[in-house]
Amino acid sequence: MKPDREVAIVAFAQSDHRRRTDDLSEVEMLMPVLHEVLRRTGLKTSDIGFTCSGSSDYLAGRAFSFTMALDGVGAWPPISESHVETDGAWALYEAWVKLLTGEADTALVYSYGKSSPGSVRDVLTRQLDPYYVAPLWPDSVALAALQARALIDAGATDEAALADLAARRRTDAAANPHAQVTGARPQGDHVVAPLRTGDCPPIGDGAAAVILAAGDRARELCGRPAWIRGMDHRIEAHSLGVRDLTDSPSARLAAERAGAFERPVDTAELHAPFTSQEVVLTRALGLGDGVRINPSGGALAANPMMAAGLIRLGEAAAAVHRGDSDRALAHATSGPCLQQNLVAVLEGDPR
Amino acid sequence: MTPTPPPEILRAPLVVEFPFTRSLGPVQSAFLTGLRERTVLGVRTEGGRVLVPPVEYDPETAAELRELVEVAATGTVTTWAWNPEPRSGQPLDTPFAWALVRLDGADTALLHALDAPGPDAVRTGMRVRVRWAAERAGAITDIACFEPYGGDAEGGEPAPHSGEFDDPVTGIVAPARLDYTYSPGRAQTRYLQALSERRTVGERCPSCAKVYVPPRGACPTCGIATTDRVEVGPRGTVTTFCIVNIKAKNLDIEVPYVYAHIALDGAGLALHGRIGGIPYDQVRMGLRVEPVWSGDGRYPDHYRPTGEPDADYDTYKELL
Repeated sequence: MKPDREVAIVAFAQSDHRRRTDDLSEVEMLMPVLHEVLRRTGLKTSDIGFTCSGSSDYLAGRAFSFTMALDGVGAWPPISESHVETDGAWALYEAWVKLLTGEADTALVYSYGKSSPGSVRDVLTRQLDPYYVAPLWPDSVALAALQARALIDAGATDEAALADLAARRRTDAAANPHAQVTGARPQGDHVVAPLRTGDCPPIGDGAAAVILAAGDRARELCGRPAWIRGMDHRIEAHSLGVRDLTDSPSARLAAERAGAFERPVDTAELHAPFTSQEVVLTRALGLGDGVRINPSGGALAANPMMAAGLIRLGEAAAAVHRGDSDRALAHATSGPCLQQNLVAVLEGDPR
Repeated sequence: MTPTPPPEILRAPLVVEFPFTRSLGPVQSAFLTGLRERTVLGVRTEGGRVLVPPVEYDPETAAELRELVEVAATGTVTTWAWNPEPRSGQPLDTPFAWALVRLDGADTALLHALDAPGPDAVRTGMRVRVRWAAERAGAITDIACFEPYGGDAEGGEPAPHSGEFDDPVTGIVAPARLDYTYSPGRAQTRYLQALSERRTVGERCPSCAKVYVPPRGACPTCGIATTDRVEVGPRGTVTTFCIVNIKAKNLDIEVPYVYAHIALDGAGLALHGRIGGIPYDQVRMGLRVEPVWSGDGRYPDHYRPTGEPDADYDTYKELL
């Protein structure tokens, strides 16, 4: 689908992701990120046409936490606002659609997650099929490990290749001042075999925000806007046993509909919390050797739940802003074993 | 009035526990009732595939599925993962393999635990069978787990099944419990620590100067951090109130009683609390009140009249 209005990501900010943020409430963690992203554009809350956020109350066990987070926006006089109970990448999708309708020219999108108060491996079991799966409490690492084993059995990777991937991502993350885990490190023991500690994302707290703007407004606010050429999201069957876990047809279809295959991309930010999932995505999206994958370190370097997908879009946009990329693919995922996938294609104007 | 150093971080256990009561569709009901009777049912799609566990609608075409078949309690592992440290709620409390198992006669795989002595005893393609739970109630946990099985797959098409059983299961109760350690953050920590000294301390917005009690860390109007601490009260004014006539569960307060919005002197907005020490039908807007601290002195249990003349409406009309 070709959007008939030009919309771009014009600014991106994120927190320094940390294992714990006991000293801060959610809004106290989020607010500096909101201020930073507004500062980058010179906009005030009252200048923003639409605000959309993503978060999940289950992470920190705080009911209606997104209403408290709104305190950090300054939502008075009343703003046009919405919220999704998933990763902020989907909030960005909603905001993009809102701008495409012409009802707004600018949007603030943010998301945050504090995993530290709870046990995220257990919390995520509550998103599973409540009849046949959730009563077994299969944690997020276990489900990813089933996928990794299927991938190894299919000959697509092995434990040594996954270890190498983990080391490369965390080495790259050394240049990312916001990353939680940087530098190659021992793979550690099996958490759930075949996945080792090094194959798993760090657990931590963090927040991210972007600003979208349409047309000339985008050019005013940003030297080199990251134009959203296309964006789509797709979901697969919820029952793991009916899926081919070694492939990601939903990511591929979303990418196709976002226009990712029309021309090669030079950069890809993939939301792959587990090393094995980056292998699945790289294969499914046909990303070749010429593509810089996750120069930020990706989710293996910092995986604040509900923000990590939005951060992929933000990192890809920031690469365009800096001139490091001319055409980037950004991907976000949600659910077990890459169940839902969102893909956006971002481009900078020719230099 | 001056910013103070960060307080000691407060922490408290927080348990979120909820028993979800869920009704079952006809296919789910037959499947879970079947497990209770040691019978594994699948459902056949229009395309002829047999889905186990069975679902109400075809995941590919969304067609309504009702053609039940009985599959074997034996099957083949399609993928697995070794779980060295079982977690709370999982099927086994000793190390086990998670496995997707395609039961003989089925075209899709079921997730469950596989009891095996170690990862070296598990491989993709191995044969397994259902180990039934001793007590079965019509739930996925009626399968205790899978266990290794030496036999080959039995051939043949799965036989049609009516899905009818005596006393069918029509719903499940899925208990869920999540444990958290709650930390309230900077502003609320300071507020709670002041309360323990029988002081009520709000925070002022540096932009609009409104004093928030209790503070939540940000001015929701200006979207910036509240930083300056301001002690308010202890006395305040009832700005509005209601009379509660229904006794709350586990609450040892006689009805009727009055629940009120109270603007503490110096606060930029009203907080809420119970009014005591006065008959419920004599509480009024403008009534001047003061806190009566709880036995442990950690928070105001309720507010009582001070005996002062009522406040003028003009003094609190902006705080309604």
